[in-house]
Amino acid sequence: MLSDGAVYAGRPLGAAGETTGEVVFNTGMTGYQEILTDPSYAGQIVLLTYPLIGNYGINDDDFESDRLQPAGLIVREACDLPSNWRSTRTLHQLLAERGMVGIQGLDTRAITKRIRSGGVTMGIITHGDPDEALLRLRGTQVYGESDFVYSVTTKAPYAWGYAGKEGIEESSEGYRFRLAVLDCGLKHNILRRFAALNVRSIVLPAATPAEEVLAWNPDGILLSPGPGDPSRLEPVIEAVRHLLGQKPVFGICLGNQLLCHALGGRTFKLKFGHRGSNHPVKDLEDGTVTITSQNHGYAVDPDSLAGTGAVITQLNLNDGTVEGIRAAGVRASSIQYHPEAAPGPWDSRKYFLQFVEQMAGG
Amino acid sequence: MVLGSGPIRIGQGIEFDYSCVHGVWALQELGYRAVIVNNNPETVSTDFDTGDGLYFEPLTLDDVLDIVAHENPIGVVVQFGGQTAINLAQGLADAGVPVLGTSPEAIARAEDRDLFDRMLVELGIPKPAGRAVRSFAEAETVTQEIGYPVLVRPSYVLGGRAMEIVYDHDRLEEFYSEAEDANPGQPVLVDKYLLGQEAEVDVISDGETTLIPGIMEHIERAGVHSGDSMAVYPPVSLSGAVQAEIVEASCRIARALGVKGLMNIQFVVVDERPYVLEVNPRASRTVPYLSKITDVPMVQLAVGAMMGRSLADAGYESGLWGGGALGKPGTIAIEPGSGPVSLQAPRFYAVKAPVFSFQKLTKVEPSLGPEMKSTGEILGIDRAYETALYKALVASGISFKPSGFVVLTVNDRDKHAAVSIAKELVAKGYLIASTRGTHDTLEAAHIRSTRVLKIEEGSPNLLDLIIAGEVALMINTPGEELREEVEAARIRRVCIEMEIACVTSIDTAAALAHALDVFEHPEKATCLPYHEYLR
Amino acid sequence: METILVIGSGPIVIGQAAEFDYAGTQACKALREEGYRVALINSNPATIMTDRETADVVYIEPLNVDFCERVIARERPDGLLPTLGGQTGLNLATQLANGGVLDKYGVRLLGTPLSAIQQAEDREQFRRLMREIKEPVPESWIIESPDQLEAILDTVPYPCIIRPAYTLGGTGGGIAEDRETLWETGLKGLQLSMRSQIMIERSLLGWKEVEYEVMRDSKGNCITICNMENFDPMGVHTGDSIVVAPSQTLSDIEYHMLRTASLKIIRALGIEGGCNVQLAVNPNGFDYYVIEVNPRVSRSSALASKATGYPIARVSAKIAVGRTLDEIENQVTGTTKACFEPALDYCVVKIPRWPFDKFPNADRSLFTQMKATGEVMAIDRSFEAALMKAVRGLEIRQKDLKHPKYESMDDDGLRRAIAKPTDERLWAVAEGLRRGWGVEEVNRLSKVDKWFLQKISHLVGIERRLVEAGKLRGEGEDLSSLIAEAFLIGYPSASIRRLLGVESDDSPFGQVAKAEIERQKIMPVFKMVDTCAGEFESQTPYFYGTFETEDDALELRKAT
Repeated sequence: MLSDGAVYAGRPLGAAGETTGEVVFNTGMTGYQEILTDPSYAGQIVLLTYPLIGNYGINDDDFESDRLQPAGLIVREACDLPSNWRSTRTLHQLLAERGMVGIQGLDTRAITKRIRSGGVTMGIITHGDPDEALLRLRGTQVYGESDFVYSVTTKAPYAWGYAGKEGIEESSEGYRFRLAVLDCGLKHNILRRFAALNVRSIVLPAATPAEEVLAWNPDGILLSPGPGDPSRLEPVIEAVRHLLGQKPVFGICLGNQLLCHALGGRTFKLKFGHRGSNHPVKDLEDGTVTITSQNHGYAVDPDSLAGTGAVITQLNLNDGTVEGIRAAGVRASSIQYHPEAAPGPWDSRKYFLQFVEQMAGG
Repeated sequence: MVLGSGPIRIGQGIEFDYSCVHGVWALQELGYRAVIVNNNPETVSTDFDTGDGLYFEPLTLDDVLDIVAHENPIGVVVQFGGQTAINLAQGLADAGVPVLGTSPEAIARAEDRDLFDRMLVELGIPKPAGRAVRSFAEAETVTQEIGYPVLVRPSYVLGGRAMEIVYDHDRLEEFYSEAEDANPGQPVLVDKYLLGQEAEVDVISDGETTLIPGIMEHIERAGVHSGDSMAVYPPVSLSGAVQAEIVEASCRIARALGVKGLMNIQFVVVDERPYVLEVNPRASRTVPYLSKITDVPMVQLAVGAMMGRSLADAGYESGLWGGGALGKPGTIAIEPGSGPVSLQAPRFYAVKAPVFSFQKLTKVEPSLGPEMKSTGEILGIDRAYETALYKALVASGISFKPSGFVVLTVNDRDKHAAVSIAKELVAKGYLIASTRGTHDTLEAAHIRSTRVLKIEEGSPNLLDLIIAGEVALMINTPGEELREEVEAARIRRVCIEMEIACVTSIDTAAALAHALDVFEHPEKATCLPYHEYLR
Repeated sequence: METILVIGSGPIVIGQAAEFDYAGTQACKALREEGYRVALINSNPATIMTDRETADVVYIEPLNVDFCERVIARERPDGLLPTLGGQTGLNLATQLANGGVLDKYGVRLLGTPLSAIQQAEDREQFRRLMREIKEPVPESWIIESPDQLEAILDTVPYPCIIRPAYTLGGTGGGIAEDRETLWETGLKGLQLSMRSQIMIERSLLGWKEVEYEVMRDSKGNCITICNMENFDPMGVHTGDSIVVAPSQTLSDIEYHMLRTASLKIIRALGIEGGCNVQLAVNPNGFDYYVIEVNPRVSRSSALASKATGYPIARVSAKIAVGRTLDEIENQVTGTTKACFEPALDYCVVKIPRWPFDKFPNADRSLFTQMKATGEVMAIDRSFEAALMKAVRGLEIRQKDLKHPKYESMDDDGLRRAIAKPTDERLWAVAEGLRRGWGVEEVNRLSKVDKWFLQKISHLVGIERRLVEAGKLRGEGEDLSSLIAEAFLIGYPSASIRRLLGVESDDSPFGQVAKAEIERQKIMPVFKMVDTCAGEFESQTPYFYGTFETEDDALELRKAT
């Protein structure tokens, strides 16, 4: 049920129970396992527009974090007998094991179109009485007023190297650079990509103050993706503001918005966000267009960047929203989409290399 | 709502998509919202901006009725989507859905053999003797009445499937069950096989006025499926009297059936008399070809007729269109009932030729017969018949390899014609090779030919000659005897594999001989935008 | 530049059908939209592209160098668009270029440069390029003479595949299990190839076959329009395969690994326009091989266009005259650009239509030489429903998954029928599942992915219950819920009547059953194919029926 009272009947999927969250849709045709473990979906019920989900099962490798992140899942048809050489269990089994409530067998396109025209809205997956459920739904804190970053960020610092997650105390020998990552809702593939470029990541809780970050003596600082309204993250923005100019900074997704705020700009909420693997982004510097993986509900207000020293480097070809900024004076740049893919196209991997080169430049 | 023609198959090709697309556009021009139902992803009709709506769904009665319930159209057009769409006419009518144009009853009357025969008798229009039978015994009786050879085929089947010319009782016995199996529960048609000149027309009628844009004469004689024959517009050998009779018969059939839209009629002409072979109450595969070369917007007029606009109001009268090759657009060249007429020399000839895909289909016997085998067609158009023929032959892939023999090996019936073809070839300097029977005939006519052995006669034989790459062109017409058939079929197959043009009808070969001069001098052919030929 | 010459594909033959009328018509429209005068040559009159309304000047003349040169001399085109007329158009353009005709009249080839086309089509050049960009190609041998063929007869791994270069639809190819077959098929292939060139390569029988339809513009922007997974594993020509879009059994990593490879290839070749990349994928690992690249608009691109709503030929034509993907509008949404990747919210099934009903004596086995004359496509929200639509849309005797030939076949015969690709294998596979052999066993025999087999098993399960219910005359399971279930999975009324055996049964049971079918009958709603899975508002009236709640067609009709 959506907050306006619209009801869609379906069959249970995953864990039994009830869940509420902001209902968003993702148009990617693959990548459900990655989506389900992407912390940026915290607080959201994810609707997948492709109707046949779970076809290739769930494997042990493609997790983007250690737990399931969204508040719930909506699919047209969940596959009970998946087929792929890496599959170890079904979508339903994963959800049931990890306690996520889902629903299937409903007209997902109808819900998508409703969100497209009315904007994202809160929703509830329930098996109870609709009237009572609506009351409960309306009593739930709305998405934009919740702070999800602090619940998805790491509680303690850790490191990520060639072998994956490792203790912070382990040696940084054999790596080219050390990267400090402010974890607002990190996906593992970001760390994997850096490791592949001989970069060891030190992953820090989102609210780590600037001086503590610098105490790790990093060669660069990464502002990670994450859920929710960036303007609510004042402590993190404050830290970023202090870090700017000290070390090269690169922001991804929420990191792009945080950089914008730290530079004095503003963000705003999009009607229904960008979630999918097919978003065209135009690079204003060389005129090329890249297909990108996206997952965000907020965007940088271009007008607010005037006088901040930042320039817009990339725009979304569909709706003209800001997809990348650079503040050359403070050696900071960011992009609104996901160069780490997982899920989605691999066309933007060059940004990892670019940032590594920037770190090399000091 | 316009019903499409489904997947491309032999007997139902792209021509029907052409008619569907034009049908949709014509409806739009008349101010209707026109939607299309089709399930073929390759076509223009399933381009989403062709109509006002595209329903990408199977063309079964269940599926179409669901769409009808959803769209609630003024009516459904079944004439353009080939047999696929026409087969749904009765079911739609039974469900109370208005079928636009020629009524389902009239469609049934044209397709039901008994009803149709009765109508022709009433109209006094001749047809080959024969009828629909439901048992082998009945088939025997009919054959006794009319005599061999007979054409045996199943009813309501597309593209002449399981169709054969039967010359004797043994084969009748063998083939009857095949024909019966091709469409179980439906009668088998047994007709006197008349060897003659085939001709066909596509007509547009509103029930009153019947316009015949053009008469097409088949180059291969009766017995070759119309879809596999070369055809020429305007006719090159039909007399004015025969053409007038075709016009008269067509107009009367259209009127008697109450045709509103398009209809195709096939005739066989024997002793200056056209006999009706077949009537298809729908757009045929020749509609695009004829529309282009006569400049008559056939589908558009047919849609007008379906939607209640008279041909007269559109400025047309009954009879054979005087435009196109006849050079006087806006006039009628032959009015119905006009009696024998003399026609002036055409300003161009348009030759349609079939194209086959035997290369891709191993083990398929490539000779022409009553069963359709071609997958596509091309058009050769030019000022003179010879050059138009040349273009059609070349475009359909029949040409001489740069060097070697033209091999002639023909059945007894074709031996006489083979002599004159060989004469022309020799006159042009081609070397002839032939197998014993043909060789003897040619020798008797004092035509130089190198004798080659048949496969069974030892080696080196014809097969070796082909494989050695010494055959420039093969002319091989199938006989009736089975043993010969096996060898001949093998030869034809090898030619296909070796990409040597193989002509299997003596009439096609004659056409080829006729165009030999142009093969020598291709510059004799003109090259113009096609509408300029019409000027 | 003012006049552009477009070469059509000529007559319909197996391997080159109506898709080129669709592509050519779109291209002519697109070029005229861009302000060019279009001259067209095609020998096939039964096409929309040869209408005088489609191009500015139309020549219906034979497609050979002689007539093309005459058209060029008369029209003096500034450019020639060769990549929309299939292999015929491309070969002709190549001959015109190599023969100096284009230079003589100053005609520029538009779109993909000829060198890139040759690099894609010449096996040796292609392999060299693949090695350069580190994309894997199966081990293979290029053979240009009988002597060379003889020399490798004992080195080649059997079974191996023979592919002649420069022929229509893979004509003359085949699979050889032993040296004798390789010798015979190889010789034939050498004769059929326009360049007397064949390739012999390691057979990847049993691997998954996946295709990507990709596009590139002159600025280097690359996108994927659609990927497709073949139901039939490697070894069957893709034109003869049942094809599903998008891929169903590839995980996100696999999907993008292959997508990345495809884009890398189109970049390396420097294609300007649409291109089809065929890949073989190990069903048990991350390995893949690049099999073939079609550097032009093809049958697959027509299918991909209809499957996604993305007009590949139209966009290719615009790219050929220098427009870039980010400038061209997305015609379907009207609000976005052509530079994006379509998102589907439905499943597409294509089944080829073969001519074997006309040629009962023809060899029905399927391999690398295409035999189908046409195809049907079906769209629905589930694979099962789309498959059932495609089957009944073929207009063959089988309207569902039952086939008397296989029902009456003994087990050994059926095993062989499942293992050997033919036009009827789908029905043999269904019969194997019907006999309870299980997905594992049928997969072992056919190598068809288990995902497809599960779905067919699901359909066969419903079918068996209907047949059983018919035999029990209503004594068994609840007829109403069974019929409702059958409708939902995609059986139409006619099939349900047939499976219950009540088509012409007027007994009390027959009447009850038929009334129940009427009562349970679900009316479909019609959803839009909009390229974007509902993300953006679209005005395109392209619909498919499905059993859901909301009707896009009705909504659009009300709105306009």
